[in-house]
Amino acid sequence: MADNAAAASLEDVSVMYGKQRALSGVSAEFPAGAVGLLGPNGAGKSTMLKALLGLIRPDSGTLRVLGLDVATSALEIRARIGYMPENDAQIPGMTAVSFVAYCGELSGLPAADAMQRAHEVLYYVGLGEARYRNVETYSTGMKQRIKLAQALVHDPDLLLLDEPTNGMDPKGREEMLALVRDLAHNKQISLILSSHVMPDVETVCDAVVVMNHGTVVMRGPIDTLKGPAGRMFEVRIKGDRAAFVERLRHEAFDCREAEGDLLRVTLPADAGADRLFAAAAGVGAQVRHLRPSVPTLEDVFAGAVGEDRV
Amino acid sequence: MPIYRERYRRRDGGIDVRGRAWVVICTQGLRSLIKKRAFLYLLIVAWIPCIVRAVQIYVVANFPQASFLEISPRTFRDFLDQQELFVFFITVYAGSGLIADDIRANALQLYLSRPVTRMQYAAGKLAVLMVVLSLVTWVPALVLLILHPMFAGNATFIRNNLFLIPAVALFSLIEILVGAATMLALSSLSKSRWFVAVMYAGVAFFTQAVFGATRIATQGTAFSWLAVFGNIAQVGDVIFRLKPRYDTPPVVSALALAGLLVMSGLILSRRIRAIEVVT
Repeated sequence: MADNAAAASLEDVSVMYGKQRALSGVSAEFPAGAVGLLGPNGAGKSTMLKALLGLIRPDSGTLRVLGLDVATSALEIRARIGYMPENDAQIPGMTAVSFVAYCGELSGLPAADAMQRAHEVLYYVGLGEARYRNVETYSTGMKQRIKLAQALVHDPDLLLLDEPTNGMDPKGREEMLALVRDLAHNKQISLILSSHVMPDVETVCDAVVVMNHGTVVMRGPIDTLKGPAGRMFEVRIKGDRAAFVERLRHEAFDCREAEGDLLRVTLPADAGADRLFAAAAGVGAQVRHLRPSVPTLEDVFAGAVGEDRV
Repeated sequence: MPIYRERYRRRDGGIDVRGRAWVVICTQGLRSLIKKRAFLYLLIVAWIPCIVRAVQIYVVANFPQASFLEISPRTFRDFLDQQELFVFFITVYAGSGLIADDIRANALQLYLSRPVTRMQYAAGKLAVLMVVLSLVTWVPALVLLILHPMFAGNATFIRNNLFLIPAVALFSLIEILVGAATMLALSSLSKSRWFVAVMYAGVAFFTQAVFGATRIATQGTAFSWLAVFGNIAQVGDVIFRLKPRYDTPPVVSALALAGLLVMSGLILSRRIRAIEVVT
């Protein structure tokens, strides 16, 4: 890799679809390793991946992948990238092994090499026994695996994975995440994992870039973004919940909805749990449940895109 | 450690991105066609006229009583005219799904996210059709040209009609290129190979029908440029040094064919994209 610091970077990139702005002056850096690309639907994640592949020409700005400029070296970049698209994609009428070998040849591998790699990666993704079956007969989970196999066949330096666990059952999802994690942490393949499933990203990635409305709203290592533990509490009260929330907001505490009727409240560093009891007492409510919690990626995401705030 | 983790290993070898993708695409396309029995039968049937002509050449060369079956440059022109039917069927069979199937299966993004340009993709698909159509046009025609001196025992006919070799090649190239490019453009417009086949047949027969109607209305053939096959025939007559069969100036027919090729190119450049942007 020419630039060890960044697998990919964008500088002031804007992309328009007609009159609609998909990316708006985006500047971001994806360090080597596993980076999650988070954002709600329509945030611009897929557009960013396609711009990095050179499939979309940005209206302004520059993109660099593996140290190369996307505008001038798109083919060289694509030879070193593996792309796993979000939706179903296969070449009709082929067996899995022919399909993956064909993809390898298209990426520039010699035919014999491509066939050998096809067998290897199909075993790696767990499709070894089904490699002579027509791809069109595969189940959803198998189709996800073969999309990963075709992205891996030419041994890329960077993987772009767009929602890799879409439509998979829990066991399949777990196996897919284990594969992706293995690639990033044991095989030294950098990857950008686009997803809106926070636990997936948290399982695999070391850092995240959070997007919303075509802009980057937050980026950095997950541990840093989550902040120090111990200042967050899960609270349930008996009484006027709206008044309690209003009181917390008045005291400048960050307060979010959680599962059931729980609230997740973040207190300033100098405040203790007694402030929550005081706030509840102030509105005539009782604290029925109080438990220290740790910030999750979902909290980081919700904070970045302004979701679930009450 | 799970077994699968042992199975993935990094590659040491290099990668060749010097534009051989179209060859890979063409080879794969041909491989998948050859696997289809119906295609092989069609190919065999398409060679029957060649066998009949070969018998004709043999009989004329060896039996003076059959001199009325005389072999002339027109024989080769007529042979290629006959082959037009097979060109049509093979174009429909082999070409209708070339891009339509890829669009249906979202495969375009798999091609174009690799070191494959849109031009290479189109060239690979075009090459598939050009190769298979060659097998029923200039290849059998050249076989007949080679058989003639072998059966006759001399090369007088070939020496006297040396222009036949480039004429067969040029006419076949025009016929193949127009058919293949038109089919490819239509194939890029739909996800259904059946619909594409109907569209292609529509283009061929509708333009012929319009020409037929103008022929009745004007009592002449000046509007032959409206028909795709009419233009190919007109240009073919000129290439084979024969009197053009229609009143349309051959230049107009050639321009109509060139226009069709340009239009096909424009459609392909617009439709072959990794993403479909809906605004």
